[in-house]
Amino acid sequence: MAKTMPAVDVAIIGAGWTGSIIGKEQAAAGQRVVVLERGEPRWPSPDFQGPNVHDELKYTRRHALHQNTASETFTFRNHDGQTALPMRRWQFAYPGTHLGGAGNHWSGAYYRFDPTDFNMRSHYTERYGARIFDKDLTCQDWPLSYDELEPYFDRFDYLIGASGQAGNIKGQKQEGGNPFEPWRSRPYPNPPMKVPYAPALFGEAARRLGYHPYVQPSALCTRPYVNTEGLQMSACVYCGFCSNFGCEHYAKASPQVCVLPVALKMPNFELRTGAHVLRVELTQDKKRARGVTYVDGAGTEVFQPAEVVVLCAFGINNVRLLLLSGIGEPYDPQRDTGVVGRNYTHQTTSGVNLFFDESFNINPFMGAGAVAVTMDDFSADNFDHGPLGFVGGGYLQIQVVSGAPIGYHPVPKGSAAWGSAWKQAVKRYYNHSASITITGSAQPTRGSYLSLDPTYRDAWGLPLLRVTYDLPDNDIRMSAFLTERGDEIGRAMKGVQRTEPGPRKRPFTAAAYQSTHLTGGAAMGADPRTSVVNRYGQTWDVPNVFVTGAALFPQNSGYNPTGTVGATTYWIVEKIKSDYLKSPGPLVT
Amino acid sequence: MNEQQPVVPPASEDAGETPPAPGRRHVLKALALGVPGALAVSATPAMAQGSASPPQTPAAAPAPLRFFNAQEAALMDAIASRLIPADELGPGAKEAGVTFFLDGQLAGAWGAGDHLYRQGPFQAGTPEQGYQLSFTPAEMYRRGLAAFDDAVRKKEGKPYDQLAPDVQDAWLASMQKGELDFDPLPAEVFFQALLEGTMEGFFSDPLYGGNKDMVGWKLVGFPGAYASFSNDIERHGVIWRGTPVSIAQARGHHPAPGGEMPHKRGGGHG
Repeated sequence: MAKTMPAVDVAIIGAGWTGSIIGKEQAAAGQRVVVLERGEPRWPSPDFQGPNVHDELKYTRRHALHQNTASETFTFRNHDGQTALPMRRWQFAYPGTHLGGAGNHWSGAYYRFDPTDFNMRSHYTERYGARIFDKDLTCQDWPLSYDELEPYFDRFDYLIGASGQAGNIKGQKQEGGNPFEPWRSRPYPNPPMKVPYAPALFGEAARRLGYHPYVQPSALCTRPYVNTEGLQMSACVYCGFCSNFGCEHYAKASPQVCVLPVALKMPNFELRTGAHVLRVELTQDKKRARGVTYVDGAGTEVFQPAEVVVLCAFGINNVRLLLLSGIGEPYDPQRDTGVVGRNYTHQTTSGVNLFFDESFNINPFMGAGAVAVTMDDFSADNFDHGPLGFVGGGYLQIQVVSGAPIGYHPVPKGSAAWGSAWKQAVKRYYNHSASITITGSAQPTRGSYLSLDPTYRDAWGLPLLRVTYDLPDNDIRMSAFLTERGDEIGRAMKGVQRTEPGPRKRPFTAAAYQSTHLTGGAAMGADPRTSVVNRYGQTWDVPNVFVTGAALFPQNSGYNPTGTVGATTYWIVEKIKSDYLKSPGPLVT
Repeated sequence: MNEQQPVVPPASEDAGETPPAPGRRHVLKALALGVPGALAVSATPAMAQGSASPPQTPAAAPAPLRFFNAQEAALMDAIASRLIPADELGPGAKEAGVTFFLDGQLAGAWGAGDHLYRQGPFQAGTPEQGYQLSFTPAEMYRRGLAAFDDAVRKKEGKPYDQLAPDVQDAWLASMQKGELDFDPLPAEVFFQALLEGTMEGFFSDPLYGGNKDMVGWKLVGFPGAYASFSNDIERHGVIWRGTPVSIAQARGHHPAPGGEMPHKRGGGHG
């Protein structure tokens, strides 16, 4: 018999970006809030202080801040005809755990989705005709527009102290900014980051070729900043230990830097760590959530009654919670029925490796997670897709994330993998290499989806989430096109002696890192037949259960997800505060 | 743009010093006290009879190893010596203490598979499904080294560490191609584990027993746990000529063996 805790108004699953924001906002509105975090409490001080945090083996190779695959992982297969097998160790993505989740160990690359991401189906149909979409694609419009979300993007910008040069303020193009940027109501709160050598060389070549490079917006603070919660952030020092690490300097925006200290001062806000949620408990008619059941640190099952439950776990783990809880009809690709797990996508990444003349010292360790020069000429619908025959796009950039050498010691293809010849190659190329990163959109298909695995279970005996995914032909064509453009820029860059373009190929592999942007599976939509939640993140079937995060995306943009995750979170919680609390029930009928 | 003056990093007057080699007295003290970090900077694990290089330590001295036995350590040293050899570019993996590094890793949580999903059924998947064997790293190294040793002795009539370097390389290349039969462990999978483990030991912070004297970082020019490049990042193309800093050095308050005052080391940290 599970232990039962005192009832609360709101139970939130996960203390990442979305759970921390929703929790703080609901508590400020007078609700009794408990945030259940499966991991441990980890703070910039003392947990992430230098020099100890500068430990590539611990944080990158041994996954100190990543979900532990020993107790919970995903299974993977390319298509329904295969048996899915467990990802026995992380290779394809790094889902987070511990306080802040992936919002703590992220890189800080900071974008908003493009307006056309929100009306994907109708925009491309209008401009190119319906035949631009391959038959297998299931991309669809969001039930809300960029314009509706803009105030919430703005709010998240100022919460995290975003740095960048605005390109478009209320429709007015801004000198020095990205000319393709969607309109924004205000400048970024902080100026753009410094530009290291390789991105500068990229920008110079791109500009020469007629493109429009700019400094990537970033969630790494560029000067001392007091955020909208009154919390102090510091300037990034470009130590090169962002991605997979916690930030020692209070420079990289994270829930523990930007939100949680304020929430924790409220007497009606409780953060409960070491609380691993198993499922949302429903009433017998399955129309209402009673609360959640979690396992505490000692392995005891605990029932937490709540009036409202908000799923704020890592992206697609929210989809697993829906499936384990029996909320919404699971998607069936054979019959094309159900919705939970439908429209799962990843991120279509590729790159071009560059090898320079020895007189070009790149210094790959002078960087930060989000330090880059980017161009959006081939993002979204910024170029003519008509002759190309695919939808979507991606940005091209050189970013200098890390020179930590276990993971970063590039040598040209065909070099020896070991021995004195390898040693010569690695010494020759370590400081004379870079790569163009291409981050592309990902379109959903009928056959790519999330479901519960019939065989493999987690440490608590529950089915793992099964990922069935392969790259659609549309995205293969897009990747080939974008990677060719990247190769042209690489060959035009000063000092580059050799380029190695690597377009994404089928089959999709879970045995190599792709991106941690795992999206969809709980799509937000206007039609309950093709979406799991309404435009306010409220599940169609259980109105007191809300879902947040990247699982809401009907398809994945070419832009990194966190900006849009933050904006949709504020959008959802404001609606809960303004309407739901006054009149609990369906917000869309 | 590359011919400018070298950038002098902040605090380089301290960071630039080479750490003093621990004296013999300190090593013995550390051995007696069982301070693991101190061993890594002062001894090599190859203490088995018949090692290619003459043993530095009397055979009677206890090998400071937690996972490998002396024979395994000698084999690992010999393999590491070929994967990253000592040559005109500097010390190799053996000199960097990769065997010590692996010994610590394999004896610990990672070796036991603390992040490895180990529930069955185990079955061969597609390459896209990744690693599907049940071996933990510790189990794989134990079995793989034994199988490799066995195969070499059967064919050559002597252990691997007594073979000529080109013959040693040929054996590694066979393993890399999966031509050796270590059933049920695929030889090429074990080779990749050896290579990855060697790279980790060569390039990780010396905290873990490898990368002794930061030889891996010095080879490529990585500054290590160095803390800030605010002042250097926009000096495009200027080579960084500082001395790398390890976590232990940057920390600056590790008591030296024997109770002397801590080394004063700068790493950009207050």
